[in-house]
Amino acid sequence: MTEGELLLKVENVSKKFCKDLKTSLWYGIKDLISGVSSSNKERILRPKEFWAVKDINFELKRGECLGLIGHNGAGKSTLLKILNGLIKPDSGQVTIKGRVGALIELGAGFNPILSGRENIYNNGAILGFTRKEIDDKLEDIIDFAEIREFIDMPVQNYSSGMKVRLGFAVAAQMEPDVLIIDEVLAVGDLGFTLKCFKTIDTILPNTAVVFVSHSMPMVSRICNKIILMENGEPKYVGEDIGEGIDKYYSRFTNNNSNVVFDDNSLTLDSFKIKTESVINGFPVINWGGNLKLDINFTTKIKKETFCIVIIISDKEQRPIAMLQESQFNSIENKSMRVLVDVSDLQLSKGLYNFNLVMKSGMTNEPRLRINNIGEFQVIHEKEVWQPFLLRATYDFIS
Amino acid sequence: METRIYKKENSLSFFKILKESLNDVVGSRFLARQLAERDIKAQYRQSYLGVIWAFIMPITTAIVWIFLSSSGTVQLSDTGISYPVYVFSGTLIWSIFKEALTMPTASTNGARGLLSKINFPKEALILSGIYKMLFNSVFKIGLLFILMLIYKVSFSLTMLLFPVGLLVLILLGVAVGLILTPFSMLYKDIGKVINLVMSFFMYVTPVVYAVPSNGLMKTFMELNPLTYVIGITRDMLFNGTFAYLNIYILIVMLCLPVLMLGLVWYRLSIPVIVERLSA
Repeated sequence: MTEGELLLKVENVSKKFCKDLKTSLWYGIKDLISGVSSSNKERILRPKEFWAVKDINFELKRGECLGLIGHNGAGKSTLLKILNGLIKPDSGQVTIKGRVGALIELGAGFNPILSGRENIYNNGAILGFTRKEIDDKLEDIIDFAEIREFIDMPVQNYSSGMKVRLGFAVAAQMEPDVLIIDEVLAVGDLGFTLKCFKTIDTILPNTAVVFVSHSMPMVSRICNKIILMENGEPKYVGEDIGEGIDKYYSRFTNNNSNVVFDDNSLTLDSFKIKTESVINGFPVINWGGNLKLDINFTTKIKKETFCIVIIISDKEQRPIAMLQESQFNSIENKSMRVLVDVSDLQLSKGLYNFNLVMKSGMTNEPRLRINNIGEFQVIHEKEVWQPFLLRATYDFIS
Repeated sequence: METRIYKKENSLSFFKILKESLNDVVGSRFLARQLAERDIKAQYRQSYLGVIWAFIMPITTAIVWIFLSSSGTVQLSDTGISYPVYVFSGTLIWSIFKEALTMPTASTNGARGLLSKINFPKEALILSGIYKMLFNSVFKIGLLFILMLIYKVSFSLTMLLFPVGLLVLILLGVAVGLILTPFSMLYKDIGKVINLVMSFFMYVTPVVYAVPSNGLMKTFMELNPLTYVIGITRDMLFNGTFAYLNIYILIVMLCLPVLMLGLVWYRLSIPVIVERLSA
């Protein structure tokens, strides 16, 4: 097992799909015939066909992990099926060395009526283990899945989490050279997910991994190469994970703020983000820079204490920071203007947006809540997947 | 380390694919057994009558024909042996052949979910189907032998050939079934047509009555290759006339190349089927 050995090579791989079932089946018959006669023709689209995957190229060495990202229907799963040898590319070539493991579906071959123990054998056999291998690993699998108490119970009475745990426990015994992971790890509770990633972390150095996920923090944590697919085509291929992820996110930019709650006690007139520069109408701030907000609103009721809460969330709508709150007293039908100043912003590189909440200062009841009220971008040369990059000084005392 | 290449063209030769296929058949014995075990266990664990269901079909067909014959509703030519044994053995052999013919499609269809998710030797599906058939057949054949004892069929040495005859029957059915499977996976019509044709063929094959000595039916039955396959297989049990043995031997010799062709064809067509039907 040599370090850095080339295990997976994908050259100009394309795959076409058909939009219409009847036509698709008829093409199937034609493909059956032409498959046998080894024809090299038909690299062009026939009527009602489209490219589900087009011109994908990459190489993967042992120890590398490729993140495959893209919106739903971008062709990720189709590409995985080609890599796994389930379907053939319509053009191009895939070369894979060594044992291939695929975490595309956990618990394949389970029969619901049979017990967990019996199903370990079913699933193991399908994954390519011999009977002896399963005998040897049976105890490990049961322990890993943490279901010893229920191992002789029919699988149909398992919770979905238990089924997935059992499936992963069997799959985790594989020692693949190339590992293909689809979104299977998204299910299960936190403990299970952590366990999965611990297992993958131990496999990673000896394996070439292709990892499909919609979870960008996960991708930036484990991948060192990235492919962004859009409508079957590679939109970004490279080793700059950050750039790939930014491109992925930019596809989902929506400037639609949404009013989550409003009891008409005040109306917002404007919410402006003032930064050092604006690029393409987008407020941009350098890491460590100052951010100013200019908020205008009109109160409708008199004599109430309001509390302004401003929350910053990341692209995936996860709240990651909150500005210190402030209170003010309302006067009926009066326009008000607030300037907010945040200095030395140490958010890491990326896109963020604001959520604004106006609460009653007395009862803490919400009066108005608007999500995604404004977006801004933080620029820094370093790509970090954690939300904050805190300024720190190091003093090396030898 | 094993290197795999996936591309559109099948530049490999027939014999190379056949060799790979046979390797996978041998290599997937454990998987095949496991799958067969799984299905058999699951089938019987959820039922009280269990294995009895395997008998019920041939028994009911036999009873119907025994009744038709003894009540004089239909006049049948002499079968040479007691009629109940003749009918039961006929329906049994016929049901095994029919099952062998439809098994590759049924097995592949049953594994659709797996086929589109996991790469495993597909030959295991066929092998596990054969295992399941053998399991079910053992009980039916046991019942047949009990019936033969009751009706005092005398023992003959040719009986020892019967297992071989059954194997040939199964392989022949599987071979044809393999060739039809890719088509019947794509179009449901194929399966329906096969069912229709088979129910028609049963009446031009000596299943529940022997070949008549003259008439249109005789011509039909003699044109039907299954007549020889079913007939000779049954002759092994009852030390029959072994008429047209040469045609049977010709069919048996054809069986092997057809089976090889079927295996190669099946192996080549699975990716196309998965592509069109991925669940």
